[in-house]
Amino acid sequence: MIAVLGLVIGVVIGLLVAPDVPEWAQPYLPIAVVAALDAVFGALRAFLDGIFDDKVFVVSFVSNVLIAALIVYLGDQLGVGSQLSTGVVVVLGIRIFTNMAAIRRHIFRA
Amino acid sequence: MSDDTPETSKPDPVEQPHPDEPTPMPQAKPKPRTPNLALRRLRTGFKPSRGQAIVAVVLALVACVAVVQVRVNRADDGYQNARREDLIAILDGLGQNTRRLESEIAELEERKNSLSSSADKAQTAREQAEAQVRTLGILAGTLPAQGPGVRITLNDPESKMTSSNLLDAIEELRDAGAEAIQINGAARVVASTDFVDDAPGIRIDGQKLNSPYVIEAIGESHNLAEAANFPGGLVSEVTGPQVGGTAEVTELPQVQITALHAPEEHRYARPAPSPTK
Repeated sequence: MIAVLGLVIGVVIGLLVAPDVPEWAQPYLPIAVVAALDAVFGALRAFLDGIFDDKVFVVSFVSNVLIAALIVYLGDQLGVGSQLSTGVVVVLGIRIFTNMAAIRRHIFRA
Repeated sequence: MSDDTPETSKPDPVEQPHPDEPTPMPQAKPKPRTPNLALRRLRTGFKPSRGQAIVAVVLALVACVAVVQVRVNRADDGYQNARREDLIAILDGLGQNTRRLESEIAELEERKNSLSSSADKAQTAREQAEAQVRTLGILAGTLPAQGPGVRITLNDPESKMTSSNLLDAIEELRDAGAEAIQINGAARVVASTDFVDDAPGIRIDGQKLNSPYVIEAIGESHNLAEAANFPGGLVSEVTGPQVGGTAEVTELPQVQITALHAPEEHRYARPAPSPTK
C-alpha cells in the first residue's frame, strides 16, 4: 500500500516541481530510468517469489542505475554512446520482459 | 534478485508441485490447497513495514525521475529522434539558409556603405556650397564682414574731391588686397558700384555722400595703409593743393563692415553652362 502511495507521490512531485535536468545528466537520465524500472520489476518478482529483501532491493536498484549510467558515459567517451545506450536498453528490456513473465506466471498461473 | 530465473526461484517449501508429477497439468492439484501463493503474498504485502517504506521511497524516486524525463523528452525539439539522413538534410538546409542570409547581409552592408558615403558626399558638397556662399556673400556685399583693416577719414572742406579721387582710392585699396570696402558706413563697394560727381558730394550707387568720407576696408592693415600713404597716392592727392583737405589713416585690428549691397536680378546675363561639368 505504502509502495503504491510512494509511486503516486513521486508522479505528483515530478509533475508539480518539474525540476530542470542539468545538462550533464540529460544523456543518462533515460537509461537510469529504464534500469530503475528493471530493478523495480525484479523486486516485484522477488516479492512474489517470497525472497524479497529490502536491502538487496536498494543495493540492486542503486547499482543498476549507476552501472547503466556508467555504461552510457563510457560509450559517450568512446564515441559509441548511442549504440551502447541502445544495447543497454535492449538488455534491460529483455530483463523487464522476463521479470514480467515470471510475475504473470505467479499471479495468473499462466 | 531479478537475476534468478523463474524455475530456480522456488525456495518456498509450502509449494511442492515438482516432485509429484511433471505432467502437463501441474497446477490442478495444488490449487485447492494453496490458492495462488503469489496473490496471497501480494495481498498480505500491503501491510506497512520497513521494506514497504523503502520500496515506497524508491518508487517515488523512480516515478519522479521518469515523469521529469518524459517532460524533458516532450520539450525536446525532435532532433534527438530524427534519422541521420533527415539531420543531414536539415543541416544542409540550414547551411544554405545561412549562406543566403550572409550574402544578403553583405549586400545590405554594401548598400548601407554606399548610401552613407553618398550622404557624406552630399554633406561635404553642402558644406562647400555654404562656404562658397559665405565667401561670395562677402565678395558680392550681401553679407556683413569683419576683420583687420584700415579706416581712412578724408576731410574735404572745399568739396573739391571728385568721384575719380574716390575711385582711385578704392582701386589702390583693392590693389593692396582689400576684401571688403564700405564708405561712410552706408555704401558697400562691390563690382557694380558706380561713383558719380554730385557737388557738393559724391553719389555712390545712387546714395549721396558728403564729406567727411570714411573709407573702411578689410585686408592686411599695413598693406592697406601703405597703399593709401604712398607718395602720389590717395593721401597726397587729398592733402595736395588740388583738393586741400585732410586725410587720416588708422590701422585697426578689427573693422566692422555692416553696409550691405542689395543684389539685383540680372535682366540679361544668365549663367552659361560650365564646360567643366
